[in-house]
Amino acid sequence: MSGVLNLSRRNFLKTGLLAGGGLLLGVSIPAHGAQGAAASPSTETFVPNAFLRIGEDGKVTIVVNKSEMGQGVYTSLPMLVAEELEADWSKISVKAAPVDPAYNHALWGAIQGTGGSTSVRSEWERLSKAGAAARMMLVAAAADVWKVKPETCRAEKGFVVHGPTKRRLSYGQLAQGAGRMKVPEEISLKNREDLKIIGKPMKRLDTPEKINGRAIFGLDVKIPGLLTAVVARPPIFGGKVKNVNTEKAKAVPGVKTVEVIGAGVVVAAEDFWAASLGRDALEISWDEGEGGRISTESLRKEYAGLAKTPGAVARKEGNPQQALSEAARRITAEYEVPYLAHACMEPLNCVVDLRADDCEIWTGTQFQTVDRNTAAQVAGLKPEQVQIHTTFLGGGFGRRANPKSDFVAEAVQVAKAVKKPVKVIWTREDDLKGGFYRPMWHSRMTAGLDEQANLTAWHHTVVGQSILAGTAFAGMIKDGIDATSVEGAHNLPYDIPNLLVDLHTPKVGVPVLWWRSVGHSHTAFVVESFLDEVAQAAGKDPYEFRRKLLAKHPRDLAVLEAAAQKAGWGKPQAKGRAMGIAAHESFGSFVAQVAEVSVDPKGKVRVHKVVCAIDCGRIVNPDTIKAQMESGIAFGLSAALYGEITLKDGRVEQSNFNDYPLLPMSEMPAVEVHIIASKEKPGGVGEPGVPPIAPAVGNAVFALTGKRIRRLPFGADELKRS
Amino acid sequence: MISMNVNGKKYDLAVSPDTPLLWVLRETLGLTGTKYGCGISGCGSCTVHVEGEAVRSCGVSISSVEGKKITTIEGIGATRIGKALQKAWIAEEVPQCGYCQPGFIMAAAALLAQKPKPTDEQIDGAITNLCRCGTYNRVRRAIYRAAGEMAKGGKR
Repeated sequence: MSGVLNLSRRNFLKTGLLAGGGLLLGVSIPAHGAQGAAASPSTETFVPNAFLRIGEDGKVTIVVNKSEMGQGVYTSLPMLVAEELEADWSKISVKAAPVDPAYNHALWGAIQGTGGSTSVRSEWERLSKAGAAARMMLVAAAADVWKVKPETCRAEKGFVVHGPTKRRLSYGQLAQGAGRMKVPEEISLKNREDLKIIGKPMKRLDTPEKINGRAIFGLDVKIPGLLTAVVARPPIFGGKVKNVNTEKAKAVPGVKTVEVIGAGVVVAAEDFWAASLGRDALEISWDEGEGGRISTESLRKEYAGLAKTPGAVARKEGNPQQALSEAARRITAEYEVPYLAHACMEPLNCVVDLRADDCEIWTGTQFQTVDRNTAAQVAGLKPEQVQIHTTFLGGGFGRRANPKSDFVAEAVQVAKAVKKPVKVIWTREDDLKGGFYRPMWHSRMTAGLDEQANLTAWHHTVVGQSILAGTAFAGMIKDGIDATSVEGAHNLPYDIPNLLVDLHTPKVGVPVLWWRSVGHSHTAFVVESFLDEVAQAAGKDPYEFRRKLLAKHPRDLAVLEAAAQKAGWGKPQAKGRAMGIAAHESFGSFVAQVAEVSVDPKGKVRVHKVVCAIDCGRIVNPDTIKAQMESGIAFGLSAALYGEITLKDGRVEQSNFNDYPLLPMSEMPAVEVHIIASKEKPGGVGEPGVPPIAPAVGNAVFALTGKRIRRLPFGADELKRS
Repeated sequence: MISMNVNGKKYDLAVSPDTPLLWVLRETLGLTGTKYGCGISGCGSCTVHVEGEAVRSCGVSISSVEGKKITTIEGIGATRIGKALQKAWIAEEVPQCGYCQPGFIMAAAALLAQKPKPTDEQIDGAITNLCRCGTYNRVRRAIYRAAGEMAKGGKR
């Protein structure tokens, strides 16, 4: 196998002709660490390399280096390739990339992974050029066959056509010859007006297999001799097994292995049910360690105390202290949000086949390189001896991108103990109690208004755990600031002359992780709710108040105005209904939402409609963008209305969907999405729909009831009509 | 031995009688389209039909469905309603991660069998499945679309 093309430098290395014929094309950006390595050969007719394979049967296989977890990358990324390739969309299929430097994230360096709403943004140029280079080589191959000039030929829908004579050759017919053509040194991409696929609502390629039961998620993987395991984990974070009596567990029919691994006890059996009965029969006493002291109520007090003291400065503009002391009026409020579980519909799981000198892993992961390296370390193998097969992910939301690779590392430990191929299944209870939550946050807000009710000063103190601390990414923490703690707070777009955002990062023994929209999931709620309070104190309409402060931020302003206009902001509302508005920039995109709500006499909030405007720059698939806005709104509403993980005596108090409810279908609001036409560089769409919804709803509830929601989830008690 | 009929095929299975139907389908029969989501009949990802009724298969033991006719997502496409729903699901681009979708389709198929022209309230009452990706509005549209297509087909 030959090397990888470096398209970014327009310095192309020739790829070799494949065994069996066909065009092989790979691209990567060596500046970010990818070198030469190609994907390992598969059993398929044509050997895959990097991103694109064309077989003699005309089938185009696009190897996607991003995990499909619902956000649509198995469609949007192929669209980028197919556009420039002039491919026949019906001939496109997708294959999950193996772990290889060729598939490293184009922005993150030497890591293959999916997250931060970066997939389209990071791959746009690389995949477009991969498609374009392949098209040029196919055209050159056809010109060679016909002995004509390439300029007289054009590519269309999987064929090369000779203009003057109308002769046609399919990509399949040309695949072998194209592999012998010179790799183009100059690649120009299409003009916007010539686009045929990008910008169109192409049908998702993964839908057919997701509606007939054929889509394979990690939990569905079958390999010969597979045992199923469940693990009894400590009831308290950081706990350990003190004593265990395994006799009753071993006596359960079907149970094969019961052993202490790491912090817990594994029970492996012929099937899930036997493993689960075996686990129930374990008698374990735990060494609880220090974790038994943790409780949500004491953390709330601790955080509130910290919030009154100065923290590490994330941003300072002007002279906020002086401006606040000189303000004609000061407004102060405290906001709190709880720990949240990702609660992917597919609970965590991992299949491991560990052999003497290699290891195969099947799992739905967002973090292939990290997981592979961690697995290798646990197994005592070299990273290249570990292969990861990425399945479909039954939701990710950040939980499957763990710098600590918890569910993969543990499954390899299990495989070492069981000495057979094994699938570790986390029950829903295991998954919800398993930690790696969105951190709990406390914010103390102070704003100052001058005599004319202009906003002159803003002080936001953030208190909460760092996600990056204690991980391989801890080096990104600068001067005590984990940017993921304050994103959306320290870079708020509003024009405020005196500004202070500071941060306290307490150490708490509860594992935390990024959760769809990360820091923005709390900062948007706090900033957008508090700004509403300030507008109210200033006696201004919350929409007009924001508009004035956004004069220098046209993209923020445009989505705000679009959402307000489409929602009919300011027009009379139906009886018992009110609107709230919020806007937030995250992951390179700008989103504003207007929520229309009612509150019933028992205090239950009902969101009837959400009008959402998004500017995510240049777009690939408008229907995917709409779907992601609907998705972000549902995800954010589950959190705003119901989501809360609490601890008492170190124990997580929630266990399943009965006490960690998700938004049901009967409460899903109508969602209207407006995409702002833009020529700006592409932004993300997987996460930016989440942040504005909680404050939009909270602001609407205030408009309706006069009660300000400062703590999530919305407590019905506070809103009950007396 | 426990006898069962799944998607028109007969099986005699040597499984422990208290095993939930879900795990027999998934592990013994290899029909992994039926998903595990919660194990407490709370999310509907494991919905199958037992004698045409939508049942959450994590909550029923295999012995309680002995001899009964069971249909799973792998078999629903062979029915008129199932086919119409799958077509509508594609037209409305419903799935995102897709994990919960078999359960939704099975719940919707049972609903349409009883109420060929469901109202919003009937849909809300019958489709209590959970979806973390928020595909709910598209699920609803797809159910209406399938109902509409079937009504048209009936007149022909």
